[in-house]
Order: sequence, then structure tokens, then C-alpha cells
Amino acid sequence: MLFVRSPRVIFSLNGKRTRTNAHPMKRLLDVLREDCGLTGTKEGCGEGECGACTVLLNGAPVNSCLVPLVHAAGSRVTTIEALGGRHRLQRAFVEHGGAQCGICTPGMIMAAIALGPRPSIEGIRAGLAGNLCRCTGYSSIYRSIADASRRALVRPAQKHAAFERRARRAR
Amino acid sequence: MRSSRGLKAVGRNVLRKDGVEKVSGAARYIDDLSFPNLLHARTIRSTIPSGHVVDIQYHGDTTGFTIVDHRDVPGRNIVALIDDDQPCLAERTIRHFAEPIVLLAHENRERLNAVDVQIAYREATPNFDPAASKTSFKTIAIEKGSLDEGFAAADVVVEGEYRAGHQEQLYIEPNGAIAVPAGGGITLYGSMQCPYYVHRALKVLLGLPDHKVRVIQTETGGGFGGKEEYPSMIAGHAALLALKAGRPVKLVYDRVEDMVATTKRHPAVIHHRTGVTRDGRLTAIDIDALFDGGAYATLSAVVLSRGLIHASGPYRCDHVRIRGRAVMTNTPPNGAFRGFGAPQTQLAAEIHMDRIAGQLGLDPVRVREINALRPGDTTATGQRLGDCSALQVLRAAVERSAFKRRRRALAGTNRGIGLALFFHGSGFTGGGEVALASKASLALTGRGARIFVASTEIGQGTRTMHAQIVADTLGVPYDCVEVNAADTGEVPNSGPTVASRTCMVVGRILQRCAEEMRERLGTLTPGEYLRTHGPLVITKQYEKSSAIAWDDHSYRGDAYGSYGWACDVVEVEVDPDTWQVKPTAFTTVHEIGKAIHPMLASGQIEGGSAQGIGYALFEEVVMRDGRMANCQLTNYIVPTTLDTPAIDVVMLENPYKHGPFGAKGVGEMPIDGPAPAIINALRHMGIDLREIPATPEKIMAASAERTGSGITKSRSARRYTKPSSKTLHALREKP
Repeated sequence: MLFVRSPRVIFSLNGKRTRTNAHPMKRLLDVLREDCGLTGTKEGCGEGECGACTVLLNGAPVNSCLVPLVHAAGSRVTTIEALGGRHRLQRAFVEHGGAQCGICTPGMIMAAIALGPRPSIEGIRAGLAGNLCRCTGYSSIYRSIADASRRALVRPAQKHAAFERRARRAR
Repeated sequence: MRSSRGLKAVGRNVLRKDGVEKVSGAARYIDDLSFPNLLHARTIRSTIPSGHVVDIQYHGDTTGFTIVDHRDVPGRNIVALIDDDQPCLAERTIRHFAEPIVLLAHENRERLNAVDVQIAYREATPNFDPAASKTSFKTIAIEKGSLDEGFAAADVVVEGEYRAGHQEQLYIEPNGAIAVPAGGGITLYGSMQCPYYVHRALKVLLGLPDHKVRVIQTETGGGFGGKEEYPSMIAGHAALLALKAGRPVKLVYDRVEDMVATTKRHPAVIHHRTGVTRDGRLTAIDIDALFDGGAYATLSAVVLSRGLIHASGPYRCDHVRIRGRAVMTNTPPNGAFRGFGAPQTQLAAEIHMDRIAGQLGLDPVRVREINALRPGDTTATGQRLGDCSALQVLRAAVERSAFKRRRRALAGTNRGIGLALFFHGSGFTGGGEVALASKASLALTGRGARIFVASTEIGQGTRTMHAQIVADTLGVPYDCVEVNAADTGEVPNSGPTVASRTCMVVGRILQRCAEEMRERLGTLTPGEYLRTHGPLVITKQYEKSSAIAWDDHSYRGDAYGSYGWACDVVEVEVDPDTWQVKPTAFTTVHEIGKAIHPMLASGQIEGGSAQGIGYALFEEVVMRDGRMANCQLTNYIVPTTLDTPAIDVVMLENPYKHGPFGAKGVGEMPIDGPAPAIINALRHMGIDLREIPATPEKIMAASAERTGSGITKSRSARRYTKPSSKTLHALREKP
């Protein structure tokens, strides 16, 4: 053998090169929450049905409870924390009631990001079919996403003073 | 009461207090918390539905483990609630599958899960049939007028039996708690609706005085009643382990354990016998209801009570008898779920109403118009209604949905349209609010005020809505009102966060606090007052309006301070190949007094309606030998984006004079209507179904006997659309 491979898994987490000694078969969800300290990604069912643990793997939404760490090796992993609370989707979810109890919200927003710009209502419904929300009945989530895509087109730089103030406090 | 004019926060969609934290992932739920020296915990549960524990054996390395059983309980081994019948840890007798027996804790989760606990039982014969049960938790009879007289005046008698199954609350965040030993007592963090329920249960279980127990609600990922009484159980388990180990203990269920072991909506069988004149007037209503309480009493008595009070629907009738029982079976205990008995009984009432209309040849709107309660009428308990919006919501929903035109247009197709008229009492039933004697406090701050209540934010917007009420009453900007954490060490007991009471009852107490604070301030700003007079905290207690009278013995009087009124109209389409039902249009009109925050109120209505759609169509708890067989999200199906239609919400306002700014309750009512409206839409297609959930199998069986036009691939049928993968999955995987 030319070299001994370290058991470390290296991946990009929210744009930062990250190494971990966690077991390669540990669920990405647990690595994010326990080893990387990012608890914004939630566990709702542990079997890939509810989507609360949705993160982006190389830009595509995955249920992080079904992804072993080794699958993320060398990949880009993006979690809710990457958005910093200022993404237009996050702002829209607050303003349009897309978040109630909030437990599905991080996963819902990550799945919504993967819908791309200006998704149709059919596109939103199909794209979010793997994300369960028990509070809203989904309509306010559609309104949030629709508003965010309108903003992206019409007034991308508009600031919402109260929102920004609270976002700073929350951070 | 102030008029809405000049209000700066109330009636407006201000930003919710907890919004930014929730969308940014910064909000801390129970599983997001950690403590130094934390132990993880595991619950060992019974694997039989009925019998006795004979022996317990541990296989594997248990060195370094903390092990707790009933002998470690320092106080009384019960989950203190209404009847003290449920042990926190089973001693010898097992009454249901998944009853907790032993608790284990260890810092390493792999080692924790590696231990195998073998329990030997002597099995007894279980009873799963409520009708055969010999133990009643509660029996209630409501009587008004004379049934004999009522039936004598009837031209036609319509009879029927209606059934509803279990329903799982399915909050997306499972139950969880962390107990931290502190100064000879315990501090308990958890996902919950009612911190003071947990506080009391821990005091009784641990034999500790008030000040040695502190309960702090963490951000809670949904409740829907499922975190009303169950958190007292899981908190007790975490606390027993933490006290024995002398270290913090975290106990968070996974989805399977949460579904197998925690409470669900009571299944019910409801029998109606109704006398009616030829022109459609109700002369006698005789209702018999049987609720399956499961193995322990939990809240069954009060679920039954609310269910029965709502059982005759929002209709006038001089001769009524409503009888009901909640009984014991060897299944996991059923408990609180949004609606609290009323969804079951109003399902029956509204299907029955359409059957009455059918027998008389009247249309469903007409029969409801004739019988709907009007101001001045009395309910089944003899409560005289001052305000009543039953007719208004019915007419508004019929008009907005073009019900009559659509009903004609859809006749003879594989689509149907149905409606349901319903009501829901706000606050605790009967003398409940007087007994609770809830308190709320308001403290003056340099900028405005800080709210101290034990009412929890579980998604519905408690913090936001309370702050709006205080801001406009005190006359300060919404952003200047803060909301304290629901921490029993800091907040007074404002009662449980249940029963559609948080806005109407607790919000009103806060409003009274703010009114007095406003008076004390006079012309001073909050900052000036603090500099001149020092701190100011105002605490108020619930005060019953003198107009409300209730007699718990005879079950007569004013069952609720006020009622909300609503009407749902649903269009459905039945797939002619799979028998799958798809709701295609949904209109709902709710009269809720006053919408403090229209978007939050509308969010309650949309979300509750979606849960009602699940209750009607998909959500089937399959009980096999007393055990939930489909205890996973793979085969317990809740509505997804693809199953939920757009919900057209209309809110009417008819202010209630004892509610803050006229507000009544809104949280529960939306789940009462969707199921009967959907079943009535199926009836429009000639499918006589009297049971939910209306799964494809049941519809297929009912359609085989159909008499009406029914389902064929007619030309007017819409093009076949592919069912959602989840519901198809349900068809394949049905256990």
C-alpha cells in the first residue's frame, strides 16, 4: 500500500472545508447535529418520509437521515445555517406564515431552494411532496415561496428594517 | 371594548415573535439542547396488552448504567392528572402494549441500545372491544325536554350509526424531555403544551415541594393535544433517572416509539335516532356515544364531555337526549387531540343531517337552514345563545362555493360536493375555567412591557397574539412588548394551552393587566414611570362573567362562554380505478369573534382543515392485538402537498364582549368540519359511507351497494391524474 488512508471524511460544509473522524456510516444528520454542532437540521421520522432533515448535497435536496457520512465525502453539503437568516425565502416564510411550529421549516426552506427560481405552483407542490408540515396545510408555504420568487425578480435588494433587526438579534 | 379603529397591532399581520429564529434554524428544540455529563435514556415497554410482570432479566453489560423501575419512585407512582389510575412505571399489572416498565440511562447510546431486557409475563385475556368493556371511565347524560313528546310530533324517524377511528396527532417533533438535578430538586426542559401539568405531575411523582421543581418549555414542534398530558409521563421518566444518576438525562422518542406509545384521538361509535317533520324540522334527537378510552383514564372524561355537548350539532331542537360513555380497553391510552371529542360527534351529526335531508327529499342546505341555531335559541344543555352565526356562515359558504350550482353540475359524475355546518365552544367546559383560576402577569419595562404566562407557543402564535393584545391595550408599539419563556420558575399558572382558550381566556386576562398598567402610567412613558416609581408588575386572575352559569351535576347551563361557528364545503373526485378520493376544492367560512392576527388565525384554519382531510381520508391507525401496526410515517399517511387542496378561508367577525378585542377561540374548530363535508360529498355521488377514514377499500365496498348515479368513467369526469406517491404507497402497504 502506498499510503494509509486516514479514517477522516472531508467534505465542504456551508462553503467551509470540514474534516470529521465520525464513523463513515454515521447518518449525515447526526454528523451535522452532533459532530458539527449545527442543530438547524431536524429529525422528524428517521426514515426519509417527513423531510425535516432535508439538506442540499451538491445542490440537490436529500434526506440527511438516509445519507451515510461517507456519501458526503468530497461533496458540498449545504444546511439552513448557510443562509444566515437573511435569504429571501427565510424572510418570506416569516412574513407569510410559512413557519408555525417551525420544526419542518429548515427542511422545507432547503427543499424550496432546490426548486430553483420562479417555480410554478405545480412545481412547488411536486417538489415539496417529500416534506411534511402538520401545521399550515401548505398554502402559506406556497405563498411564502411565491413571494420570495417575486422579490427575486422585482426588488432583490429591498431591505425590511424590522426583519433585519430581529435577524441580527437572533444571530 | 375598543373599536378596531386606531389599533396599531391587533387585526394586523405583524411579524411573529419567533419567526426569525425558526426560519434560520436558531430556535432550540428539546433535541437541540445538551448539558455537560448528559446521559441518554431508553424506555423498556411491555410487549403484551394485558397480564402481569413475572420476571425481568438483563442481558449484556450493564455496568455504569442507571436503571430505574417502580421501586425507585420517591413519591406516588402515578401520572397525576384527573383520575390517578395510571402508573408512571408499571409495577405488576400490564394494561396495554408499550406500557413503560423499566428505564435505562447511559452516556453512550450504542451501549445503551446494546442491552437486552427480557421480561417474562403471565398473560391475561385482553379486551379490545369498547362495546364489550366492563369498565367505564365516565358516563354522561344530557337531557332537554321530553323525547316521547318529540318523537310523537315527528313524521319520520331517521336512525344511523357512525364510526371514527383513532387519529395520531403527528406533530413533526416527537415527544422529548431533559431532566437536570438541581439543589435536591429537578429542572425539567421539554417539548410541551402545559408546563404546570408537568410541574404538578413531577411534584406528586417525586414527592417534592413546589419550589424544588422547575419546568421550562423548550421550542415545541407542534402539539395538537398530543403534548397536553403525555409530557407528564416522559418528564417523570427523565426526572426519575436524573435523580438516581445525579446527572442530566435526555429522553427523546424516535417516531416509532412516539406513535406506538403516546396518546391518540379516541375512536368512537355514535348512534343517532332523530324525529323530524315532513317539512324538515327536528322534533327529537336521541344520541348514544361510545368512546374508546384505552387502558387508562387520562383525559377521557373531559373529551367525552366536550364531545357530547357538541353531539347534536349547531341545531335547535326542544327534545334532546345525549348519552355517552368512555370505556376502558387494553390499548394504549387515548387522550387530547385538537377538537377533543367534538370532531367525532359532529362527524356523526353532519352525516346524519345529510341522510335526513335525503330521506325527506330536501337539499342539504335547506334542512340546515330550517334547523340552524339562531340568537335566542337554546343548546342541548339549555344554554341560551345571545350571539349565534350558524346561519351566516352557512349562507356565506354556500354562496362563495356556488354550492347549489356545483351540486347540479357534478351530479352523475365521479365528483361530488358536500358541506358540513359546525360549532366549537371556546375555553374549558362548564365550570372548568373557574376551577383553573388562571393568572397572568405583566411587568413594565423601559420600552413597554413583558408578558408572563405559562401559555405556550406551539406554532399557533401565542407569543405574537398576546403581544398584540398587550401592545394596543397599553398603547405601546408591538415591538416594545416582550414575552417571557414559559418557565414555571418565572411565570404564573395561566392554565394549560388547550381548549381554544389561549387567546380568548388568557388573552383577556392579559388585556386586563394592560388596562390597569395603562391607568397606573397615566401620562408617563414606561421609562419615566420606572425612574419615578420603580418596578411595576400587575397580576390578574380569571374572572367569570356573571352571566355564565353551569351545573356540573345536571349537565345544564352555559357549557362555554362563547362558541365559534363554521361551515366547510368540499368538492372531491374519486378515481374510478383506484377508488382514491382527492379533494379538489375546499371553502371554509369561520366566525371567530375577531381575528387578532388574521394570518395566524387563517393559518390555524388552513392547518386544521388539512388535518381534518387526513382524518377523513388517509389517517388509519391499524390496531393489531392492541398494538399500532403501522407506527411509521411510511404507512401512517398524513396529507402531503399533493393531497391538500387550496383552502379558501373566509373569516367573519362578530365580537364576543368578554374576549380581548372581541376574540373567541379558533385553534380547534377547523378540524370538526372537513371529515363530514367529505363524507357528504361522497354521499352526493351515491356512496353511503358512515365511517372514517374513507379508505379506497371502504369506498369500494360502499359503492358496490350504491343506489345513486355513482362512479363511472363518464365524459364529464376529469382527465385521470396520477395519485400522489404517498397515497399509492398507502394502497400497497396497507397492513
